[in-house]
Amino acid sequence: MRTIQSEALTEAVKRLCIRANIELPEDVKSCIRVSLKQEDWPFAKGILEKIEENYLIAEKKQIPVCQDTGIACVFLEIGQEAHIEGDLKSAVDEGVRQGYGEGRLRKSVVLDPLQRVNTKDNTPAMLYIDIVPGDKVTVTVAPKGFGSENMSQIKMLKPSDGADGVCEFVIKVVEDAGANPCPPVVVGVGLGGTFDKAAYLAKKALMRPLDARSSISYYRELEEELLQKINRLGIGPQGFGGRTTALAVNIETLPTHIAGLPCAVNINCHVTRHASEVI
Amino acid sequence: MVHHITTPLSENAAKLLKAGDTVYITGTVYTARDAAHKRLAEIIEAGGEAPFPVCGGIIYYTGPTPAKPGQVIGSAGPTTSSRMDKYTPDLLDLGLRGMIGKGARSVETVEAMKRNSSVYFGAIGGAGALLGSAVIKAEVIAYEDLGAEAIHRLEVKDFPAVVVIDCEGDCLYETGRQRYIEVRDE
Repeated sequence: MRTIQSEALTEAVKRLCIRANIELPEDVKSCIRVSLKQEDWPFAKGILEKIEENYLIAEKKQIPVCQDTGIACVFLEIGQEAHIEGDLKSAVDEGVRQGYGEGRLRKSVVLDPLQRVNTKDNTPAMLYIDIVPGDKVTVTVAPKGFGSENMSQIKMLKPSDGADGVCEFVIKVVEDAGANPCPPVVVGVGLGGTFDKAAYLAKKALMRPLDARSSISYYRELEEELLQKINRLGIGPQGFGGRTTALAVNIETLPTHIAGLPCAVNINCHVTRHASEVI
Repeated sequence: MVHHITTPLSENAAKLLKAGDTVYITGTVYTARDAAHKRLAEIIEAGGEAPFPVCGGIIYYTGPTPAKPGQVIGSAGPTTSSRMDKYTPDLLDLGLRGMIGKGARSVETVEAMKRNSSVYFGAIGGAGALLGSAVIKAEVIAYEDLGAEAIHRLEVKDFPAVVVIDCEGDCLYETGRQRYIEVRDE
């Protein structure tokens, strides 16, 4: 058993909140650059150039890529041989509080969905905990903006709907979203499990690097097919028309019930942020 | 077409702007998003005055990040405009000339825009660092308790935007996509 002080968790969360909001991951930047080469519509190309210029300015000035610095989604993969001393949830929230304060990030969380009073420190974090083998803790912070979150949908498909039904629903979600989620978007798809697990898988799919396809060949083909179809819609960057509507489609799956085919689609914008550290 | 426009924007100047045109805005704009719009609506309903000149003005739907020492503002890109649609027709009927945001608008908003010769501009969503660079002065003028949702007066210089919906109701989200598909499939 390895003991980890909760303060180490606070420090990691703080650092990751700041880093994730200021520097886009390499895979996202490279995907934007590739799409810029592939885009053949001049107006759309101009928008993608501005998007590239934007993340370069953010890095140079050390300011957030986007003003919606999101709600802090914190993923903890806790090794079952690790023991965290102290209050884990408080330690994570303290990291968010310090990170959003010192990093001059926007505080975008309200305490109650209907009363809507801002907590003024961006807490609480949305915490996702997974138990894994080993004695380490992997911390990932993924600030999630709500322009794209609001465009996400879930549907309990029928087993007979099959792959065609999944494609139809995913494309419908992207089409319904139109210009709202700041395209080009990243599409996270969660298939299987239960109603709630499908939504969780869709969120988790957004954590996968954009250049890493599914490890299952059948889903790899489905990801590619969906990306191609989405980029035939013509919505384009910012919805002004063009090829580049999506940068990637990532699918995650789980076993499910004989009667169901849960399908969740979590949309992210081109500011697909996440940063990780291992403690 | 490219236009360099200054605020306050006159009705005649607004009418020259067509969906798809690129604009660079210089002058004063006021920030307001969800919570500020709710308060504005309550004030207007009670017969009071808004904390900034709505008539002839431009509202920018944004909630910026706090400025670092020595900087004017942090990141300041647009938020999704449709959430403001519930309150927008009343503001347009008070003479609001322009709005900067992103995403589609409701039929009611577009009708009120046509009625009042107003323009809806789109700024690049997710490009807050770039757009914040066009802000040369920023101050909170109302609703400070709302934090990021407070109303700021921003002085902007050559703020880049695109005319998404013009005074006649023509919408780039429809025409831009259509044109692209037509040319692609030729």
